Amino acid sequence: MALKDLPVDECLLQGNASCPGCPATIGLRLVLKALGKKTIMVVPACCTAVIESLYPYTSFDVPVMNIAFEAAAAGASGVEAALRQQGRTDITVVAWAGDGGTYDIGLQALSGALERGTNFIYICYNNQIYSNTGIQRSGATPFAAWTTTTVGGKTEFRKELGEIILAHHIPYAAQTCISYPEDLYNKIKKAMSIKGSKYVEILAPCPPGWRFSMDKTLEMGRLAVDTGAWSLWECENDVMTFNGKSKLLLEKKIERKPIEEWIKYQGRFSHLFKPELDEKRLQAIQEHIDHLWERYRKCYVKI
Amino acid sequence: MKKYIVETSLSYPKKGAMGKTGSWRVFKPVLDTKKCVKCLRCWISCPEASIHREKDNSVSIDYDFCKGCGICANECNVKAIVMEREKTKGK
Amino acid sequence: MTIMIDTGNRIAAKAAVMAKPEVVAAYPITPQTTLVEAIAEYVARGEYKGEYICVESEHSAMSACIGASAAGSRTFTATSSQGLLLMHEMLHWAALARLPVVMCNVNRVVGPGWNIWVDENDSISQRDTGWIQFYCSSNQEIFDTVIHAFKLAEHEKVVLPVMVNLNAFILSHTSMPAEIPDQNVVDNYLEKYIPKWKLDIDNPTTFGNIIGPAHYYRVRRAMQDAQLNAKKLIPQIAKEWMKLSGYFHGDLLEYYKCDGAEYILLSMGAIGAESKIAIDELQKAGQKIGLARVRVIRPFPVEDIIKLGKQADLVVIDRNISVGLEGALFTEVKAALYGQSDAKATGFIAGLGGKDVTYKDIETMCMKSMKGKVKEQELYGMEE
Repeated sequence: MALKDLPVDECLLQGNASCPGCPATIGLRLVLKALGKKTIMVVPACCTAVIESLYPYTSFDVPVMNIAFEAAAAGASGVEAALRQQGRTDITVVAWAGDGGTYDIGLQALSGALERGTNFIYICYNNQIYSNTGIQRSGATPFAAWTTTTVGGKTEFRKELGEIILAHHIPYAAQTCISYPEDLYNKIKKAMSIKGSKYVEILAPCPPGWRFSMDKTLEMGRLAVDTGAWSLWECENDVMTFNGKSKLLLEKKIERKPIEEWIKYQGRFSHLFKPELDEKRLQAIQEHIDHLWERYRKCYVKI
Repeated sequence: MKKYIVETSLSYPKKGAMGKTGSWRVFKPVLDTKKCVKCLRCWISCPEASIHREKDNSVSIDYDFCKGCGICANECNVKAIVMEREKTKGK
Repeated sequence: MTIMIDTGNRIAAKAAVMAKPEVVAAYPITPQTTLVEAIAEYVARGEYKGEYICVESEHSAMSACIGASAAGSRTFTATSSQGLLLMHEMLHWAALARLPVVMCNVNRVVGPGWNIWVDENDSISQRDTGWIQFYCSSNQEIFDTVIHAFKLAEHEKVVLPVMVNLNAFILSHTSMPAEIPDQNVVDNYLEKYIPKWKLDIDNPTTFGNIIGPAHYYRVRRAMQDAQLNAKKLIPQIAKEWMKLSGYFHGDLLEYYKCDGAEYILLSMGAIGAESKIAIDELQKAGQKIGLARVRVIRPFPVEDIIKLGKQADLVVIDRNISVGLEGALFTEVKAALYGQSDAKATGFIAGLGGKDVTYKDIETMCMKSMKGKVKEQELYGMEE
């Protein structure tokens, strides 16, 4: 799949309310290119509820149901059940939620829907913060990152939601990033082709939230992968495959870049560099990522 | 488009639901078509779907809605797009 | 037609299944459990052919009902007490979304401490969510009201969710006979569900995006209009049902021996049923007191209360307390009378925490009121 093979049609309309350089809209365009018009989206409280724009207009050209913050997966379960009764199995039901609505407040409903094998795709666009409420910490916020509720930097490491999802043994789970459009598109297409619960998480670097220049949205995603802060993988029927650069990193065919190469561009980590270098915390972040990849290798490298 | 009678918060699709968001722009992307290699990276990267793709994969910028983020210029490998400051309105 | 002798929960389940919702999403909670278990049995026997989603919480139960209803399907759920409270956010959501979800709520005490018996604080505290609320006093009424609930919720002049309340154990777990009409009678009464809006790929809309004050105000006004429409429609749809089934449970209040009464007792739910015996006894003893059992609290039957106030002084029994004020029904009755009638209203709070309220207790309360010994409202039957 090359870029020229991606469909021209857009289901996210121009002139919406997203910030300039918004990763969610880049992701939404790609996701909707893959899904097409036969899609119903369920959206909990998150930036996308704003991106939809103001009543009585919407920037979405597919049906969208907004639902309460913790309720995306449950709402989608209801939509899916109704469509099945109506014989409309040609329609793809998608929950599209942020990391706050997925890692934190919506985790129970998500776990329930996955356990029930609900036939839908749950997509988490992860910008590692509560961005819609103005940049507060979430369970996805990395260690030491500034947010408005972790003013000196977060004191805990983020949770590995991917591994929690894998424990549900659903037929398809994947991690991708907006910076890899073909990877993202292909993963949504694959999810569409599989019956049952599918989970796709998209890393979505947020310029105002992470404090970087708005033209660097995609670059921040690529650096997250290069440094191992994020990884591209898919797990189909419990068979794990790392993709693209993450595969090369896992197999040690390329060198992982030091984490500083990613965080030095982000204002949310600036307190680690000035007024003086915070070597202790920088080292802690690097060790955490090293440890994570050691574990990945133990679990997923075939000998 | 069918309008529903029941009064609840139901919204209908509209291009430019928030108006012409091109007015938000401070810097504008300027495309040099001679340099463009039709790789489509700008097209797929635009958060606003404001880079139009033609049948021959050439591209053009829709200034009505482009918010001027500069991702297209940053992603262009051949520097066919550069960002230029918008002329101040009213001058 | 068959006679079914069974508990309130199982008769509610029977009615729900006969209404043929396409989606049921529910979570168990005592004392609602036997209701959802009964639906599971209908599923196992192939008598219920819709989707039955066993969700992981009541919040998700209501969220799934909202999703299913928005996708254009008839939906049903049931809950009680803590479960209803957990749903609270989504109760507002369903009503503001104008989705005709039907739900049975088994009135149970709110914890802590844990107490599974009856009082009505759970549903009373949901009055402002926009749901229509019925309170039943017999298993026949439960059956009929659940059927009415679908008709009313889906009526084009209403399009609001409806809650049918039945008291814990006294109704939920007590067997009583109920006449169950044939399926074709229910099918004729409840026509095929046509949603008033839905998530439709051929006509894409976004439900619930950001809305400004002016438009939001209009949505609220439309809900208010719909509730007021329901007030007129409740007796009307009950009359239509009576023509088919023979039973009439349809007025906003059920009147019992009110002719010539100088006092009228207002009560709800199971106390309402027990009150009939008390009224019989009191009238036998020469007291001029009748009963008006309140069946519907949203929409609130203001006009009917005023009419009662023009005839008699009122005695109100609440099985709930709005802490810091008084019983909720008492407040609302007085508000209805304000400026419209000189009737005196006195009240009692009784039966909290599931404390039994017998007809003897009701007689005692009525006598105390009629003797002018109650100033405003007092707590009855509290043991020191």
